[in-house]
Amino acid sequence: MNPVYVDKIGILAPGLTGWEQARATLAGHRTYQSAPLPPLKPAALAPDVRRRTSDHIRFAVEVATDTSRGLSDVTRRLATVFASCDADGQITHDILTEVAKDTPQVSPTRFHNSVNNAAAGYWCMAVGSQQPSTSVAAWDDVAAAGLLEAVAQVLLEHTRVLLVIHDLPMPEPLNSARPVHAAFGAGMLLSRARSAESICALALELAPSGESESTLTDSGLETLRRDNPAARSLALICAIARNQATTVVMPFLGHQVLRIGVQPCA
Amino acid sequence: MSPLILTHFTSVNALGIGVAAILDALRDGRSGLTPCTFENVALKTWCGTVREADSHPIGGSLADYDGRNNRLAAQAMATDGFDEQVARARSRYGAARIGVFIGTSTSGILETEHAYQARDPVTGRLPTGFHLRETHNLFATTDFVRRSLGLAGPAATVSTACSSSAKVFASAWRMIELGLCDAAVVGGVDSLCRNTLYGFASLELVAPEPCRPCAADRNGISIGEAAGFALLERPAQADAHSGVALLGFGESSDAYHMSSPHPEGDGAVLAMQRALASASLAPDAIDYINMHGTASLVNDAMEDRAITRVFGTDTPASSTKGWTGHTLGAAGITEAVISALCIQHGFMPGNLNTRTLDPSLTGNLLLANREQRVQRVLSNSFGFGGSNASLVLGAAT
Repeated sequence: MNPVYVDKIGILAPGLTGWEQARATLAGHRTYQSAPLPPLKPAALAPDVRRRTSDHIRFAVEVATDTSRGLSDVTRRLATVFASCDADGQITHDILTEVAKDTPQVSPTRFHNSVNNAAAGYWCMAVGSQQPSTSVAAWDDVAAAGLLEAVAQVLLEHTRVLLVIHDLPMPEPLNSARPVHAAFGAGMLLSRARSAESICALALELAPSGESESTLTDSGLETLRRDNPAARSLALICAIARNQATTVVMPFLGHQVLRIGVQPCA
Repeated sequence: MSPLILTHFTSVNALGIGVAAILDALRDGRSGLTPCTFENVALKTWCGTVREADSHPIGGSLADYDGRNNRLAAQAMATDGFDEQVARARSRYGAARIGVFIGTSTSGILETEHAYQARDPVTGRLPTGFHLRETHNLFATTDFVRRSLGLAGPAATVSTACSSSAKVFASAWRMIELGLCDAAVVGGVDSLCRNTLYGFASLELVAPEPCRPCAADRNGISIGEAAGFALLERPAQADAHSGVALLGFGESSDAYHMSSPHPEGDGAVLAMQRALASASLAPDAIDYINMHGTASLVNDAMEDRAITRVFGTDTPASSTKGWTGHTLGAAGITEAVISALCIQHGFMPGNLNTRTLDPSLTGNLLLANREQRVQRVLSNSFGFGGSNASLVLGAAT
C-alpha cells in the first residue's frame, strides 16, 4: 500500500490538552501526568448550538478543532472519519432511563443527538463541510479500524481526510458493563502527497497475528493506552512524536495485526 | 471505479424471509406493514415487523450474542443459502481474505432496554447475564457475523444512522481495491426497539397509518426492521453470477441540520452526482431510482427536488418504504437487495400505499408497479446528521 502523510495531529486526554502542549510528553521528554480535563467549550460550535450538544459531541469537535488548527475556514471543509467504540454513553443512558418508563417522554434533541454520527454532523455543520463523512466502530480495535478507513479514503478518493478517534467513560450502570477509565481523543490530518507541513509518512499493512502489540515505556501513558479503546492509538501517536523511523504494531480483530511503518519527514 | 459483483445476496424484512418472498410481495403489491404491537409500546403507528424475528435463539458458543438484532442477522445468514455461499468463498480465498462491513443505527440496544427495566432497585446495577459487548455495542453484530461465518479479514461497523448500510458498500470497495481483502460480506441489521419508536415519535415523524411516500397527504414514517447481506467479489474472481454489480457510490454531508435535510437537497445532489461520476455514467443511463423516500414531509420534498436537479423529470422513481417500512440502519442493504431484484427480474415498484401524488413534486414518481427491463438503478439512503449515500447497481456485463 502506498504511504500517506500525517500533516497535523490533535490530542485531548487528561493532562494532554492539544498537540503543541502534549508533544514533549508523548515524545518521552517529560513524564506523563494526568490532570482534569479543561471545560469542553469548542469555539467551532456557536453557544446556542453548543448548549444542545453532549460532552461526547463537544469532545470530538474539540479534537477535530485541535487537529485542524491553522487551517482556513475553507480548507477545514475536509472529508472526515470518526471512530468511537462506545458512542455517546450519556445520551444512551438518558434515553434508556426514559424508555424504561411506562409512558416515555424522549427529548427530541436528545434523540437526534443519539445517532452515532452526531459528532460528525455537528462538525460538518460547524465548518460547512459537505465532503463525505463516515463513523466506524470495532470494539477495542476501533483506532486501527478508523485509521484503515481514513487511509483507504486518502489513497482512493484523492482527498485529504480528517480522522478523529474518541471515547469517553460512560455513566453508570453502563460503565461497569464496559469499563473505560479516562477520556481520550486523537486526530490526524492525512494527505496523499507529501508537503511542507507533512510530519511523517505512514505505510500500513495487515499481517497475520503473532507479532506483539506496541506498548509504551511511560507507565502513566501505558495505563491510559489500556484504559480507553480510542487510546490504543497512543503507541502510534507517541512514535510520531519521537520523530524516529519505527514500526508500530496494533492488534486487529483477533486474527491480524495492523503494522504501521512511521517515517519522519523532517 | 472498478465494479464488484454482488455474487450472492439475501434479505429478511417485513415482506418475508428471503428474496423469493420479497419479490412476490413486491410484485403482488402486498405491504409488510402491520399495526404496531411491539412489546407494550403505546403508540398508534404501523411497523415493518419481522414476525419470525424472535423464533431462533442463538445458542452454543455464541450464546452471549443472543438478542433480537443478532437473531435477525442469524436468520438472514441462514436464508437463500447465504452462509453456504460464504463458506464456499472462504474455502477459495481463505478466511483472512474476506472482510465484513455491517451498518447499523442502534445495534442491539433492545437488550440494554430490557436490562434497564430489570435494574436493581437499590444499587441501580444491571442484571447478571447482560452482555453489552456481544449485543448492544456498535460492533456486536459485525462481530457476530464474522464469528458465525468464520471470517477473519478486515472488518468494521459503519454507524451513520439511516445511510449506514449503503456506506458499507463504499468501505468494502475501498478495502478490496487496496488489496486488503479479496471479497467482503456487506450488510445491515437494525431491529425494533423502544428507543427508535419513542424517539421518532418525539420528533413527530411517525405516521399513525401505513406510510405513504410522495403522497399529497403523507404524514410520516413507518419504522421497520431488517437484516440483509451481500457478498462482494471482483468480476474475474467471482465463480457465481447474480448478474448484478456495484457500479458506483457517492457519499456527502448536508452540513445543515441534525434531523432535517437541506431544503434544496444540496447534500443529496452531491451524493447522486458523485455516485454517477464514480460509475462513469450520465444521468440518463439510470433506468430507475429507488428513493430514500421515508414519507416524511421534508424528506420526500427535498429528495424529489434533488432528483429533479440531477436527472430532470423523466427518470422513474419510487420509495419502497410503503412495503418494508423504514428499516433505518438496514435501509441501505434492504433497498440494494430490492434494486438487485428489479434488475434481475425487470420491474420497478411503485410508491405503495400512495393514492394521490403530492402535486408539488416534479419527478416521475411511480404510483403502480411497472414490468420493464431495468439495467441500472440508483439507490438513495440519507441519515440524521446529514449523512448521505447513493449507490449505483447495474446488470453485470
